Amino acid sequence: MKKTVFSITAFAISAAMLVGCGGAKKEGGKKGALSGSNAEKVYVAPGEHDEFYAFISGGFSGQLAVYGLPSGRLFKVIPIFSQDAEKAYGYNEETKPMLETSYGFVPWDDAHHPDLSQTKGEIDGRWCFINGNNTPRIARVDLKTFETAEILEIPNSAGNHSSSFVTENTEYVVAGTRFSVPVPQRDMPISEYKGNFKGALSFISVGNEGEMDLSFQILMPGFDYDLAHPGRGASHGWFFFTTYNSEEANSLLEVNASQNDKDFIAAINWKKAEEYIAAGKFTTVPAEYAHNVYSDRTHSATSTMKKEVRVLNPADCPGLVYFLPTPKSPHGCDVDPSGEYIVGNGKLSANLTVHSFTKMLDAIKNEKFDGEAYGIPILKFEDVLAGTVVQPGLGPLHTEFDDKGNAYTTFFISSEVVKWKLGTWEVLDRKPTYYSVGHLMIPGGNSQKPWGKYLVAMNKITKDRYLPTGPELCQSAQLYDISGDKMELLSDFPTIGEPHYAAACPADLIAPNQTKIYKLEDNQHPYVAKSEKETKVVREGNVVHVYMTMIRSHFAPDNIEGIKVGDKVYFHVTNLEQDYDVPHGFAMIGANNSELLIMPGQTETLFWEPKQVGVWPMYCTDFCSALHQEMQGYVRVSPAGSSTALSWSLDGE
Amino acid sequence: MKTINVIVAIVVAALFIGCGGGEQREAPPGVKPKSMVKKEEPAGPDKGVGPIKSIDIPATIDDALAATGKEVFEAKCTACHKIGKRFVGPDLTGVVDRREPEWIMNMILDPELMVKENETAKALLAEYMSPMANQSLTEEEARSILEYFRTL
Repeated sequence: MKKTVFSITAFAISAAMLVGCGGAKKEGGKKGALSGSNAEKVYVAPGEHDEFYAFISGGFSGQLAVYGLPSGRLFKVIPIFSQDAEKAYGYNEETKPMLETSYGFVPWDDAHHPDLSQTKGEIDGRWCFINGNNTPRIARVDLKTFETAEILEIPNSAGNHSSSFVTENTEYVVAGTRFSVPVPQRDMPISEYKGNFKGALSFISVGNEGEMDLSFQILMPGFDYDLAHPGRGASHGWFFFTTYNSEEANSLLEVNASQNDKDFIAAINWKKAEEYIAAGKFTTVPAEYAHNVYSDRTHSATSTMKKEVRVLNPADCPGLVYFLPTPKSPHGCDVDPSGEYIVGNGKLSANLTVHSFTKMLDAIKNEKFDGEAYGIPILKFEDVLAGTVVQPGLGPLHTEFDDKGNAYTTFFISSEVVKWKLGTWEVLDRKPTYYSVGHLMIPGGNSQKPWGKYLVAMNKITKDRYLPTGPELCQSAQLYDISGDKMELLSDFPTIGEPHYAAACPADLIAPNQTKIYKLEDNQHPYVAKSEKETKVVREGNVVHVYMTMIRSHFAPDNIEGIKVGDKVYFHVTNLEQDYDVPHGFAMIGANNSELLIMPGQTETLFWEPKQVGVWPMYCTDFCSALHQEMQGYVRVSPAGSSTALSWSLDGE
Repeated sequence: MKTINVIVAIVVAALFIGCGGGEQREAPPGVKPKSMVKKEEPAGPDKGVGPIKSIDIPATIDDALAATGKEVFEAKCTACHKIGKRFVGPDLTGVVDRREPEWIMNMILDPELMVKENETAKALLAEYMSPMANQSLTEEEARSILEYFRTL
């Protein structure tokens, strides 16, 4: 019966459409997700490419997911802070150092806010930075290889949340602490928090090759530092951080940190900070933090422990920091493309507060102060206020901008995205999200040049949106078309972990620069075998190094004898292929770690401890050719103390 | 539910076809797309397909070039080719007597295209099953390997 009804309806619709050809096109767009035009907008035909790369944080997965927009297709999950057995990240000998910290090997983190490198205020497609929240770290992903190139631990920090945002020429990536803590750490009563705990804001310089160096920290009062964004254009040289818990509560924060009418946005003049550093107004304090760097030449990472950091105290550095009063426990701290407006998304406030950079400078110049906190001048609210968006929704979290003077804010409690006008502060449109939206993203939204075509809302709750998967459900991203006056929901797609924040840019800023293979002649891995001639097995006591190669579709050597129970075997495997998209895998029975997945020209090392006498197989895990199933070999394991001679061969040679 | 989707798809398709304008979507009946037309085999020597259309080979062998070629061959090719023995790929002894120099260089420089479009290369893939790997060599390197093959 139902089918008949639909068929008739469909017939009527199609008849109407055929008749109305041409004029009726706009009508189709208003039918929402069911209409043909919406499907067409997100449809990327097989073999065609998406227009944008989107980098969406994996939250508690510790990783970074790469999607295409508008299709929402997932291309890669880049392992950042968590071990990944698929790619051997954090399992093979080469990448283990990437996860070293002052706390030892930490194989997990909570990855929050990816931000793309910029030149002259525009996204340049070189690197993506992302912060580890739990054990404070900042990672840099090289967008030529889509691999984690560097991880820097942040000392004196805890809950590395107001991170990892870049200045407009990627002079710095910043990392702000959420938790204030005793600095330096010491044994003291928690109840003595107030006045004793400090919040460190870290400025990490970024070199021409992307190399990160913790340049200095500003030791702020014991508030929570929630999010941050750089000044740009006229406000380049400043950085803005939201604070909450200006009450300095140390327990039941949901009540005790919500007492003050206003918290602050901290405006940091980092050019001034550079002057103070140059003038020697810093103290060098002992600290311990790991700096981990991966090299595409050695295909290996190194971890170095750093021992000190330069610290600036705002009370000793006039003009370095000002507080902008902002209602009420603000989350997102967002700067519009012109650099004039600073939006404080007061998550407990009925209104959205927008500050003016020009008015801020004027207030500073005329010393329109409303007291001070720990030596930091507090500017008068009315003197820095640009405007207020009145009652736009409940629970504002984050604002991004398009290229037409509009702003878009997420409202967690009322589950919606609201579009409003910069300057007039009027609400132009609102659309529901499904459900409980956290952050949102417009490609280039944190830069001088947003591409105002799409908006991605990232939702915490999906309840009934997808097929259920037991108690744990996926979180989601929702794609809106924002090219017209009204936003239009086009599609939604599941995300990995929890998508806290995202960054995106046109694909042509990244796609043409891709590394396709690693050149064998450039391979400087200490255990590389660049041809089958160079393969060998070397015993040093009970440590055995196997120099192995792989090519479609065999290992060399593929028969190894003379390994003994109790040996520590390192398989150093080089992929001899020099063609695009021909990785090989390597798996050894009973290995207590993972497989290897080795790109053309690369060398990776799997550690294996044979525990039982026998003849044990290894094989290629990545379907590489028609003879992939033939890509296998054996290792003979003799008893400890056996006299079986060490030997290796391929096809009897 | 599936029925509805199908119907919606049909409606959508109808819309596109109906409103698309003058763009051509399908070849007229009877005309095959290019890829389906069987290529005429070139009359004369089989030079293969790829970047090398024609190459002059001097009568005497350039020993220095052949030595370079041997080096490149050993670094990049011996994982699959042994001289004097069939291995993963064919024995290359006397290959210059079996194949045109252009064919050899094209097979080194663009094996994917060769096994797609050249009948001899197709037959080799069918026989050996393991595809010839593209080792991303330069034309100069391929030329030096060709000179080395002349010494075998």
